[in-house]
Amino acid sequence: MTGTDGVPADAARGGPPPGGPGPEIVAADPGTGRAAQAAPPLLEVRAVGKTFGGVIALRDVSTRVCQGEVTCVLGDNGAGKSTLIKILSGMHAPDSGEYLLDGAPAAFTSPRDAMDQGIATVYQDLAMIPLMSVWRNFFLGSEPVLGRGPLRRFDVAGARRVVREELRSMGIDIRDVDQPMGTLSGGERQSVAIARAVHFGARVLILDEPTSALGVKQAGVVLRYIAQARDRGLGVVFITHNPHHAYPIGDRFLLLNRGTSLGEYGKAGITREELTSLMAGGTELERLAHELDRGEPPGPAYP
Amino acid sequence: MTVADERLARTGAARRLLVRPELGAVVGAVAVFAFFASQSATFRSIEGVANWLDPASTLGIMAVAIALLMIGGEFDLSAGVLTGTTGLIMVILATRYGLSVWTAMLVSLAAALLVGFLNGLIVVRTGLPSFIVTLGTFLMLQGVNLGVTKALTGTVQVGGLRGAEGYEGARALLAGTVQVGGTDFRVAVLWWLGVTALATWVLMRTRAGNRIFAVGGDARAARAAGVPAERTKIALFMTAAVAAWLVGSILALRFTSVQANSGIGQEFVYIIAAVIGGCLLTGGYGSAIGAAIGAVIFGMADKGIVFAGWDADWFTFFLGAMLLLATLANRLVRRYAEEVRR
Ligand SMILES: Nc1ncnc2c1ncn2[C@@H]1O[C@H](COP(=O)(O)OP(=O)(O)O)[C@@H](O)[C@H]1O
Ligand SMILES: [Mg+2]
Repeated sequence: MTGTDGVPADAARGGPPPGGPGPEIVAADPGTGRAAQAAPPLLEVRAVGKTFGGVIALRDVSTRVCQGEVTCVLGDNGAGKSTLIKILSGMHAPDSGEYLLDGAPAAFTSPRDAMDQGIATVYQDLAMIPLMSVWRNFFLGSEPVLGRGPLRRFDVAGARRVVREELRSMGIDIRDVDQPMGTLSGGERQSVAIARAVHFGARVLILDEPTSALGVKQAGVVLRYIAQARDRGLGVVFITHNPHHAYPIGDRFLLLNRGTSLGEYGKAGITREELTSLMAGGTELERLAHELDRGEPPGPAYP
Repeated sequence: MTVADERLARTGAARRLLVRPELGAVVGAVAVFAFFASQSATFRSIEGVANWLDPASTLGIMAVAIALLMIGGEFDLSAGVLTGTTGLIMVILATRYGLSVWTAMLVSLAAALLVGFLNGLIVVRTGLPSFIVTLGTFLMLQGVNLGVTKALTGTVQVGGLRGAEGYEGARALLAGTVQVGGTDFRVAVLWWLGVTALATWVLMRTRAGNRIFAVGGDARAARAAGVPAERTKIALFMTAAVAAWLVGSILALRFTSVQANSGIGQEFVYIIAAVIGGCLLTGGYGSAIGAAIGAVIFGMADKGIVFAGWDADWFTFFLGAMLLLATLANRLVRRYAEEVRR
């Protein structure tokens, strides 16, 4: 779980949280301090916003992803997490704010465009194609070819071999790369998607709720692959609504609520308990606990 | 570090074979052949084979193209009437406007490409179901075919292609016969085999094939993976139109005349053959070889009923039964893929 060579040193990363940061939560200020001493972040957004018709899905949100780091985006359903990553992945253009790639302003015309610049995304609502085989899915959109002119063809044997090797090198055990993607378990599908991003030389890997539909064991497996991608030097954006999945792996935590940022915290700046209580809407949950203590009928059901 | 998963155990060899899209069609074809072969000696003779391969070939060319389109997640109801439109354009231009048959065929090819392009463009731009869009095209072309034919000839057919320049050459290429073992086979059979081989190669061994499966399986997911979904779908509609042009030309050259209502009603036969061949109505799954075999089943039933000395009215009963069986088999495949999805 330690960083690889070439990973910029970062205060938020590595060592254990310094003893006693105090109960007070200090929002890390993006754009000060550490940016000066290290290379610019792989990817950074400043005060981005997005509206859909009358709905403000996202307002004034800033975050960054550095090499060999995991940035976790946490928030309840509808908080704007998917909207944020669709901006990061080039699917939506932000209505306001700045998008910086390697410190320089960037604007993508399509997910393909972002992909070509090394930003790979595994969407929550756009899984792979269930009826297609694992190897066909793996190379979809970037199929290796042999020959030229009218004889140019999909290098089927090569594709199968590469998929087998890539999966093995990440320790993903899939018996048969010819089986339809839909026959894999949720965790396996996420793992294949991560291996695919790594294979195509992604520098930034964006994962939208890869663990949300999974059981404890499978979620653990996916977290391990995320750690592997990070150790290979990728910057990872990991979206989740589960602080217990985020905390062990995250270097930086962005909390979203109803489209706005509740703050961005370095790992040193927040404890697991604080993160959990922030995520659960802290005070709301306390109030609920009090209510239940006094034996009052519970109010609205909390999921 | 293995992800132990009990679901993997189900992917046995038998199960794998079961999900081959062609399986149902192969079993059906063997059964239909065995049945009619036992009823009629002519049916199983080499002349009989040449006889039932004839309707199978023109239908098969269309079924294969429609199968590609259906794998890509779309339908084309205008493909049948387009075989009539292209034939009419060719015969009218060659007999009334003095063009050679070859030039007339080029013009009708351009018209077919335009129709296919417009079908595709409207579908991908509006997001309307292709079923509706191509139903509109179908009705419009039906009207044009009849209206123009009547206006030009006062009748509902155009003929006289035999006298046109270049007729003999074009006929030899598209509507002639080839001798195999002393029996004349329609040259269209070769075109059909060629089209099936080409389509299979494209589907299984090219980038385009991977993308056809993907846009039919899930167009949005395909787009997110960088697949040009719009372009792929438009190309598929244009492919179906080119197939319609090829079949329209073959039939026009064979009969030297074209009826104004030619091809109408065939659009469903193409879809049925593709479905019997393993195509899912929901897209993303199917096979060109399967569709070609589906067409063989049609050809065998079409002629077999006659050889067996039955009333040809039973043909549609047979058709419906085949279709039901095939869709039921396909649904099993679909369920297999879906139930283990999560
Ligand atoms: N394409 C869209 N059109 C209209 N509203 C949208 C669209 N995408 C997201 N929204 C809205 O934006 C808000 C944030 O959604 P989303 O980013 O998907 O949240 P999350 O992923 O955190 O659950 C929701 O209220 C949602 O309804
Ligand atoms: Mg979401």
